[in-house]
Amino acid sequence: MIYNEEFETLPREAIRALQVKRLQGVLQRVYHTVGYYKKAFDAAGIKPDDFQAMADMHRLPFTNRKDLRENYPFGLFAVPMSSIVRLHASSGTSGVSTVFGYTRHDIDIWSELMARSLAAAGLTKNDIVHNAYGYGLFTGGLGLHYGAEKIGASVIPMSGGNTKRQIMILQDFGPTAICSTPSYALHLAEEGKAQGVDMKSLKLRVGIFGAEPWSKAICAEIEQAFSITALNIFGLSEVMGPGIAMECLEGRNGMHVFEDHFIVETINPATGEILPEGEEGELVFTTLTKEAFPLIRYRSGDISRLITEPCRCGRSHIRMERVVKRSDDMLIIRGINVFPSQVEAILVAIEGLEPHYQLIVDKAGALDSVELQVEVSEKIFSESGGVKDLQNIERRIVKDMKDYLGISPRVKLVEPNTLQRQAGAFKKVIDKRKF
Amino acid sequence: MKVEQISVFLENKPGSLEHATRILKEANINIRTLTVAETADFGILRLIVNDVEKANKVLKEKGFRVNKTIVVAVEVPDRPGGLHSIMEALSQESINVEYLYAFVEKSGENAVIIFRFDNPEKAIEVLQKNKFTVIPGAKLYDF
Repeated sequence: MIYNEEFETLPREAIRALQVKRLQGVLQRVYHTVGYYKKAFDAAGIKPDDFQAMADMHRLPFTNRKDLRENYPFGLFAVPMSSIVRLHASSGTSGVSTVFGYTRHDIDIWSELMARSLAAAGLTKNDIVHNAYGYGLFTGGLGLHYGAEKIGASVIPMSGGNTKRQIMILQDFGPTAICSTPSYALHLAEEGKAQGVDMKSLKLRVGIFGAEPWSKAICAEIEQAFSITALNIFGLSEVMGPGIAMECLEGRNGMHVFEDHFIVETINPATGEILPEGEEGELVFTTLTKEAFPLIRYRSGDISRLITEPCRCGRSHIRMERVVKRSDDMLIIRGINVFPSQVEAILVAIEGLEPHYQLIVDKAGALDSVELQVEVSEKIFSESGGVKDLQNIERRIVKDMKDYLGISPRVKLVEPNTLQRQAGAFKKVIDKRKF
Repeated sequence: MKVEQISVFLENKPGSLEHATRILKEANINIRTLTVAETADFGILRLIVNDVEKANKVLKEKGFRVNKTIVVAVEVPDRPGGLHSIMEALSQESINVEYLYAFVEKSGENAVIIFRFDNPEKAIEVLQKNKFTVIPGAKLYDF
């Protein structure tokens, strides 16, 4: 089902024309209201008026995650705080975190795009939606929630965790749709099975999964475990949240990017050069309707490919393939984006510790598991040296990782010179997971 | 009256203790007594050796995390109640013991208890007041 027939099936030329017109307005606004963009445009030698057609895209400067961090917390907001009704944020300590603001209009658009996404999965007001995305600063929970309310479905705001209770509610409330990270869905299936619950006989019909990379094989596994159709949703908190792109029930091949609200490009991550549509590259997003936190050519770090062939569902919007690769060192652990630099910031903030560490990411059953190995520094051992002192340091690391990043690693202190090195440098991440 | 103990950080993995003892052997260092405090992930090897400075140096050079801790060595007759008599004296003065370990002297007559106290000075004072034999480091290293 198509939620917004008019805009979701616009002819390609009309989409292009709408994108140019909307972007012209955005460029004027960011140039005159956000100091960062004025500087960036001036440095690139481009004025908002110079943008006349999509062919001018390459002249606009990129916005990088670094720019977002440098303008923490509100430096990139294009409206005064009085117009902002919601704030979300990424994980991380000050300086390595980013904050996203929304006006009431932004929330309305986001709700509509989530409504479109849920409609693309065949959901209506007759559905009960079990929403196991995390509620809070993370955009997943509330994003899904507002969309589900918008289509009139009954939402169960489960959030993550409390697996036993989730299984009870899945049985007792009879939801017809489930939303979560794919790994949490598999975890639910495993736990349910262990409790002797027949997960296939639940009323679930469809699942909407995202926020972390997942393969077609995992998709098949989830579909099998719950006897449902598993669809992929794409979102980036920086750009909006979930609902930037959604896989449709009819096509089952890639996710439609809601192009009346975003421009998506693929670039060569090394050179920044725009690639022909259909070639694999880094996804770059430009927002066309966001008021509070507009983004111009934001480099997502996600590697994918655009699909230009028309889709049998009737939507004219371009599709993107599932994302399983990154152009940078970002890790996605249980749906949370984590950079090694954020882990480093936490370690160096602990008196006496050195950032000599290694993150070992693996799967423990369906869920991601993380071991953080930290070398015992000379300073820490010579100044304390007791078992209790070292255990306190371990506990402090675990707590800070949980508080700032939202992940709970097993922390292990190791002897110096035992961590794997590559060309003299620490190999900071060993990711044993397969996507 | 104080004794210096060497502490070495060790991971709980096969070969890690062997690595440390090999370094000491190669440096011709004699171990008087030792103990290992362990947790799930790591252990701390505590040693009384004949040459504290040398042991500290060679272990550090080989990349171990090492520190020196002040402990107190007390001699007691090797018979029932020997340790208890010390504990009684300490307890009366509210002296807290962090940990202890022991060995029996070569003669076989006396045991030596190695104590780690929060406040070694105060502990030594109490022990001497109660006529216990506190062994100075220099003597213990050459035992």
